[in-house]
Amino acid sequence: MLLITCPHCGPRPELEFVHGGEAHIARPTQPEALNAEEWTEYLYMRANPKGLHAERWRHLHGCARFFNALRDTTTDQFVVTYKTGEARPDLKGPAA
Amino acid sequence: MQKFSAFELFKQGLNGQAGWKPQWRSPEPKAAYDAVIIGGGGHGLGAAYYLAKQHGMRNIAVLEKGWLGGGNTGRNTTIIRSNYLFDESAGLYDHSVKLWEGLSQELNYNVMFSQRGVMMLAHTVHDVQVFKRHVHANRANGVDNEWLSPEEAKAYCPPLNISDNMRYPVLGAALQRRGGTARHDAVAWGYARAADDLGVDIIENCEVTGIRRNAAGAVEAVETTKGLIRTPKIGVSAAGHTSVVLGMAGVRLPLESYPLQALVSEPIKPVFPCVVMSNTIHAYISQSDKGELVIGAGTDIYTSYTQRGGLHISQHTLEAICELFPAFRRMRMLRNWGGIVDVTPDRSPIVAKTPVPGLYVNCGWGTGGFKATPGAAHTLAWTIAKDEPHPINAPFTIERFRDGHLIDEAAAAAVAH
Repeated sequence: MLLITCPHCGPRPELEFVHGGEAHIARPTQPEALNAEEWTEYLYMRANPKGLHAERWRHLHGCARFFNALRDTTTDQFVVTYKTGEARPDLKGPAA
Repeated sequence: MQKFSAFELFKQGLNGQAGWKPQWRSPEPKAAYDAVIIGGGGHGLGAAYYLAKQHGMRNIAVLEKGWLGGGNTGRNTTIIRSNYLFDESAGLYDHSVKLWEGLSQELNYNVMFSQRGVMMLAHTVHDVQVFKRHVHANRANGVDNEWLSPEEAKAYCPPLNISDNMRYPVLGAALQRRGGTARHDAVAWGYARAADDLGVDIIENCEVTGIRRNAAGAVEAVETTKGLIRTPKIGVSAAGHTSVVLGMAGVRLPLESYPLQALVSEPIKPVFPCVVMSNTIHAYISQSDKGELVIGAGTDIYTSYTQRGGLHISQHTLEAICELFPAFRRMRMLRNWGGIVDVTPDRSPIVAKTPVPGLYVNCGWGTGGFKATPGAAHTLAWTIAKDEPHPINAPFTIERFRDGHLIDEAAAAAVAH
């Protein structure tokens, strides 16, 4: 089981969290202006990287708030967690 | 090819079984092929076999970064069924079941396909309604599926607990008698042996590191750890790593890769006559011919490439197994492992051309790709050879997500696939 550091509550077991998918996918500000390709990109296309992944988590059985994380999908190691609204930390690879 | 038969076994026995040869060659890659398949699991090896057998393409290669069948082919729980709701799915999965029925003969390799029946348990009123809808839809599509009362379910699978004192009592079950299991390793080996016999080069320990495209955008070569291989056609059957491989050609896909775990018990005498699946409480169980109980869990909640998951997922599954089959409470589990499954938003696969000329993909099988091995291989081979899909896989495009023609098995059943 993963140990996940909620930016609001600190380290908690994975059971308290739900995974929210890829982070930093902004909802279109002008939905009516999007064509089918742009909707497909927004709704369905995902980076699914082997390596660092920016993703949303929700501390459902805790503070219930969403936050973001950078996690290495080859090791499942969390590199950093940060609050929703903050920019993705500029990291090239997993720490150490 | 050295044919397998009872007579051959007897003949070799006179020589102490010392006369058997390797079942396929281990060649070094040539500089160029007419087509290259990336991924040496059942799906990729099968595609190579059908390309050679049915489309006359003999100058082809299968590239596998590890060993044959070492990915999801060797990590699944070997369940085979075709009781899917939608017409498109019924067409594709039942195509597979029909190929399974003749596969051992076709390959001269015993894949141990056993149509022992797949029983899916209903635990809630919603389950009952959904499964009955499936039964009717399946019958309309010519796919066998029947509704059983709890007592009939117990008669079919005696270890089943149908007491009403359970948290999720068994309210009935849908039974597909043509469903069952097969030996997963044998599927990969059987296809590999038959493809090799037709001249296909199977190259293990050869990881693809890049895909080269020409000025027109079409594929022209793959870069590998064993050097550059030129080819005008590439078929990708890379399961959980499909996003990574197609990313080399600049193609984005609606896929996310999740760990899916399975486990086996210590081997015991035959006790479990069929396959039982309970999607609601996440438990899938059958008994292998070796005697182990083979148990599948749900996916972990996060995307990953680690081929392992959290122990609490397996624990959750075992709790359900122990409630459904109290006799197994004192069984000891022998091994547990994970595979990486590529999941699409509608839980249906993609077997299609890509926007890149000469690049074809077979992916998105999610948690249920093993059952589709022959059908996926057959339709992928067709698509590669003719540069257009077979009618059976024609609906399973990437563009369905753009055009809104989802084959939404996820919403149809709200269950695992």
